[in-house]
Amino acid sequence: MSTSDDTPQLYAAREPIFPRRVSGAFRTLKWWLLAVMLGIYYVTPWIRWDRGPEMPDQAVLVDLANRRFFFFMIEIWPHEFYFVAGLLIMAGIGLFLFTSALGRVWCGYACPQTVWTDLFILVERWIEGDRNARLRLYRQKWNVEKTRKYGLKWLVWLLIAVATGGAWVFYFTDAPTLLRDLVTFSAHPVAYTTIAVLTGTTFLFGGFFREQVCIYACPWPRIQAAMMDEDTITVAYREWRGEPRGKLKKGQAAPEGSQGDCIDCMACVNVCPMGIDIRDGQQLACITCGLCIDACNDVMDRIGKPRGLIGYLALSDEVRERDGKEPISPWKHVFRLRTMIYTVLWAGIGVALVVALFLRTDIDMSIAPIRNPTFVVLSDGSVRNAYDIRLRNMHNEPRQFFLTVADNPSIRLTIEGAPGQLVSVDPDQQLNQRVYLTAAAGTPAARGEQTPVQIWASVIDGTTRIFGETVFNGRGQ
Amino acid sequence: MVDPTKKTPENKVRPPERQYPDPKAKLKQEPPTTGHSWDGIEEYDNPMPRWWLWLFYLTIIWALIYMIFYPAWPLVTRATSGILGYSTRAEVAEDIDRFNERNEVWFDRLVEADLAEINDDRDLQSFAVNAGAAVFRAQCSQCHGTGGAGVQASGFPNLLDDEWIWGGGIEDIHQTVRYGIRNEDYPDARWSEMPAFGRDEILNDEQIDQVVHYVLQLSGQEADGELAEAGEGIYMDNCASCHGDNGDGDTFVGAPPLNTAVWLYGGSYEDIRETVVNARFGIMPGFDGRLRDAEIRAVAAYVHQLGGGQ
Repeated sequence: MSTSDDTPQLYAAREPIFPRRVSGAFRTLKWWLLAVMLGIYYVTPWIRWDRGPEMPDQAVLVDLANRRFFFFMIEIWPHEFYFVAGLLIMAGIGLFLFTSALGRVWCGYACPQTVWTDLFILVERWIEGDRNARLRLYRQKWNVEKTRKYGLKWLVWLLIAVATGGAWVFYFTDAPTLLRDLVTFSAHPVAYTTIAVLTGTTFLFGGFFREQVCIYACPWPRIQAAMMDEDTITVAYREWRGEPRGKLKKGQAAPEGSQGDCIDCMACVNVCPMGIDIRDGQQLACITCGLCIDACNDVMDRIGKPRGLIGYLALSDEVRERDGKEPISPWKHVFRLRTMIYTVLWAGIGVALVVALFLRTDIDMSIAPIRNPTFVVLSDGSVRNAYDIRLRNMHNEPRQFFLTVADNPSIRLTIEGAPGQLVSVDPDQQLNQRVYLTAAAGTPAARGEQTPVQIWASVIDGTTRIFGETVFNGRGQ
Repeated sequence: MVDPTKKTPENKVRPPERQYPDPKAKLKQEPPTTGHSWDGIEEYDNPMPRWWLWLFYLTIIWALIYMIFYPAWPLVTRATSGILGYSTRAEVAEDIDRFNERNEVWFDRLVEADLAEINDDRDLQSFAVNAGAAVFRAQCSQCHGTGGAGVQASGFPNLLDDEWIWGGGIEDIHQTVRYGIRNEDYPDARWSEMPAFGRDEILNDEQIDQVVHYVLQLSGQEADGELAEAGEGIYMDNCASCHGDNGDGDTFVGAPPLNTAVWLYGGSYEDIRETVVNARFGIMPGFDGRLRDAEIRAVAAYVHQLGGGQ
């Protein structure tokens, strides 16, 4: 590709990036986060949790076939999906909170794309060496050494990718059973397909796509830009301190004031996994991973200049520092009205979910009145309404429910196809039962338009009872 | 702002062999813009990534392959069929066949089962009710309504209440569905006959007036006591043989009860008088031979559990 050609180019090949090894506070933090998060991802499906006989003993399980979600002592049924919705809303507000306070901290530290790319680069470095060795290998013609190293690298990547896809499927069924089925080739094709797809995406995204996912594919960087303000702390280059940049000649000090602190050593550029130059200012491709800070601090230490030429900085501080004022404390940036509101919202939803979790009963009833027709007149002149009642028994023993109508002696409850008012529901099951409410002839309920009624379902051991509200349609005379 | 005339198309973001930029140039050279400007915001004219271009070519190749294998080009009456001969209709037909095959086992069980025992087998009853509901919607709902409530006071019986003209046991319902009511197609069809007391001049106007008042009284409605008293004798002579001494009706001959709140053709003075004068009957087709045995049994089970089954 020529750069001086006047005809516009239709496409640009990706410029490969070979991030150099770096050490420092942020790199150490990122290694720890990587270890913890990958550990959680791989270990979680193998944690056991005793729920009694007939129940899965996997601590975290998304049981799609039986439509249950297990999380340690919590069991979520499909009708309780609002818990999941609540968690997703919390995750969303949590992202708002962190983005408005700390910028793209999710992208730089916690995003799976970043974590897996970090892991893949680590493998790359183990096998091929650091930046210069990798560059040399990349440019040299294919030979035995290059084939061996690239082959080995791709093999290790592929193994990591298989393990990634492999761990994912364990969340959806009993992990030990599935592992046994997987290695004996008797697992369901869906399991193999899922592993294959996730292996492919992990291998491609972590090994080859890398920063392009963030730059071209991910919507999150675009949204985040709208969530940051002048108090948001992001990675910035103190250009007023660094410029004019210039090489430092050995044993020869530059004239006072003619040169800034930046010695143009390119350390910040060489370590950047996104392949950008932070000295160009805030840019879309920056994921604020902090590695350039580590690299620059290391250089500043060596040339005896104060650290922080590149550092976490709020936009408002940039203005203050330029004017020679002291920056505001980072805590003041973080604890401002906007982040407080996010925190309160986030915590409020969290508290509501926990309260809801402890208040919920292990039985549940929903009532659907049958409206075709709304009522039926019986031979003795009484008026009957029909309802489809759904009773859920989220308990591991069968339960008998006694169904009654509250506070209306003129309305009688009967059950379709059976005498009495008792309904039995199997353990961990739900039952659809047609019931009838009959109002005797001439009573207000039979003659009126609509009468509100409460239907109570009491477990016959007397432990729990619940009610549902509905209406009784009369003849409307 | 960027002046496009002064820029060279510097599109290379960063080559592997880095040329260190001129330390005096504070900003890197910017790529050209498209020339569009919105409120002073301009758009860079960066080239697209190469992998994106590959994906674009791939979609074209995919489209070509798709056209060869799958229906694609619309013609006058139908589309090109593609060499796989795939069609969504054929797929649906296959699905239906597969479900039918699976249901066959249940249909067999339904035919073999004793009608009265269907309700004892929860699984079989559940299948019968669901299959019967489908048959009911297709074959019965035109007259009896999708909810089974019939058309009130217009001769289409309500199947939800507890009153039956021909009996509400599952055997009775099955018999009615199989052969129908008052139709000539089946010798086993149920047949009721009420004389047209007025039209055929069996009773005169005064007698009809009296007997209608008696029936109003029987059903607990407001009636002229004197007329009703006079009508009692007429009722006993002309009506009681089918409708019973107390107006209880008789499901054996299809005579509805007259002492209840349920009326097939309405229970007002005018409605009853019209029935007595001209006689009114319903007619229902039989389904023997039109539906499979199992379907007839299923719809009987369905109707039986609608709320009025006995």
